[in-house]
Amino acid sequence: MANTYAYLAGIAQSVGLVYFVGIFTCVCVYALWPSNRARFDRAASMPLNED
Amino acid sequence: MAATLPAPQLKITDLGAGIAFGALALLTLIIAGKTEYPAYAFHALVFAIASGWACFKVFDNATSRGPVAIPQEIGGKPNYNMGPVKFATIAAMFWGIAGFTVGLVIALQLAFPVFNFELPWISFGRLRPLHTSAVIFAFGGNVLLATSFYVVQKTSRARLAGDIAPWFVILGYNLFIVIAGTGYLLGITQGKEYAEPEWYADLWLTVVWVVYLLVFLATLWKRKEPHIYVANWFYLGFIVTIAVLHLGNNATIPVSIFSPKSYIVWSGVQDAMFQWWYGHNAVGFFLTAGFLGIMYYFIPKRAERPVYSYRLSIIHFWSLIFLYIWAGPHHLHYTALPDWAQTLGMTFSIMLWMPSWGGMINGLLTLSGAWDKLRTDPVLRMMVVSVAFYGMSTFEGPLMSIKAVNSLSHYTDWTIGHVHSGALGWVGYISFGAIYCLVPWLWNKKSLYSDRLVNWHFWISTLGIVLYITAMWVSGILQGLMWRAYTPLGFLEYSFIETVAAMKPFYVIRALGGGLFLAGALIMAYNLWMTVRGAPEAREASLGDALPATR
Repeated sequence: MANTYAYLAGIAQSVGLVYFVGIFTCVCVYALWPSNRARFDRAASMPLNED
Repeated sequence: MAATLPAPQLKITDLGAGIAFGALALLTLIIAGKTEYPAYAFHALVFAIASGWACFKVFDNATSRGPVAIPQEIGGKPNYNMGPVKFATIAAMFWGIAGFTVGLVIALQLAFPVFNFELPWISFGRLRPLHTSAVIFAFGGNVLLATSFYVVQKTSRARLAGDIAPWFVILGYNLFIVIAGTGYLLGITQGKEYAEPEWYADLWLTVVWVVYLLVFLATLWKRKEPHIYVANWFYLGFIVTIAVLHLGNNATIPVSIFSPKSYIVWSGVQDAMFQWWYGHNAVGFFLTAGFLGIMYYFIPKRAERPVYSYRLSIIHFWSLIFLYIWAGPHHLHYTALPDWAQTLGMTFSIMLWMPSWGGMINGLLTLSGAWDKLRTDPVLRMMVVSVAFYGMSTFEGPLMSIKAVNSLSHYTDWTIGHVHSGALGWVGYISFGAIYCLVPWLWNKKSLYSDRLVNWHFWISTLGIVLYITAMWVSGILQGLMWRAYTPLGFLEYSFIETVAAMKPFYVIRALGGGLFLAGALIMAYNLWMTVRGAPEAREASLGDALPATR
């Protein structure tokens, strides 16, 4: 049981940490990428221009 | 003209659906005849009637519709399918009033036990899950179905995918609600909070939910807009995660196909962890992600302003769904769950504060440049107050997940107060706002019957919420402090019954608050009824000076 804990904790503290920080970084880069600005500005008013 | 066209042909999808409904009708009829549990036989009979009717309806529609398919576009504009949306909107209002009423009854039962009337079917233990399921799954669920089908069509500029499928989702979901609710009254339950329905209702919901996901995805697939709007991301996150949660927490084995009883495959603390992983994400994905989808569509639309920051909304979405899924263990502080898991749940709950408030700020600041509308538009005001309640309860939640705070708050009325500030304030108000928007749009009316009545609704139910949550704060903290009070000799200072007696006044205030909230919803139902019935142009003239600018 103690080994299972150590094993899972090890994964969480290494792979898990890198995975989450990596995903979050990717999301931020995608959201803040300068060339995406125009697309997102248009998307922000999508509810307003529909038929 | 029609006579010269070839005779209607049965499509393969119609044939398949018809046969499936027929087979289900036959199977449930056999179960109804053979089972020895009367309540289960009743449910099997309901299924048999419903699927028999669906079987007839599918073939009847297919043969009477003729060979011409329903057009995807009319005159270059998408031919939106609003029938299922209308049905779900009406169902939401109906279940809402039913659920609020049952809530008021159980609040009265707690204050005055005589309201149990010594009848087993309406005792507190059976009505309580009826209340929670009615408000969360019946009211909230129908609001989510209606708004998601509306928003995905409008922001994709495409007609809802499928002809039978959207109706199957809406009617099938409401059949699930009827089975679940009558089951509680008749004593059929798994006894797991928010997951009470037994195995056969769960199986049915699984089928309905998978079809829901497919309809949603297929509609996105044929979208005319290249970009998938953020509200659809939130709806999709909600649909996918609820499917996973539902399957995980209902991994049960029935005693027999002729018995309503089943046993879960998880045991002990794993079962508890599964239950609260499910339970907290019912809050996180059903009551939060789905309703954030509503916020991101209806607030910009109503305020006629673009989303304050679309970039923030993307970060909001991904961080919210990645953090929420880990927060469940905070429901099991100081239990047999390993300490590290409790700490993990607490840590993620605290981190959740950030995406929650990011989303709240994004919703509120969408009004920049349109703040004056809060004075003149009571519907927009309702939605903005909803987002404020969202901010309040997502501040309170992380606070209560801290172990030291939880040692005082857990098992007390503080939890009930917290849930209701989120449920009545956030979920209730954003739903009311969305329905107030939807009804005139769906029934092609210029405006609501009366803005004044919306104002009355707003103030009466806001007073109700404030009475409710303040009563529960005081009662909960009082209860927690009395439980942990020791005499100088180390004995507990109060017997349990003394703590119950001390809460009586707050229970009465809570029932009063619930009564006001219900009164507001009744005003709303009247207003919507008159909107659908009435000619808005004539009404608007007589409204004139009654507009709520001075309130």
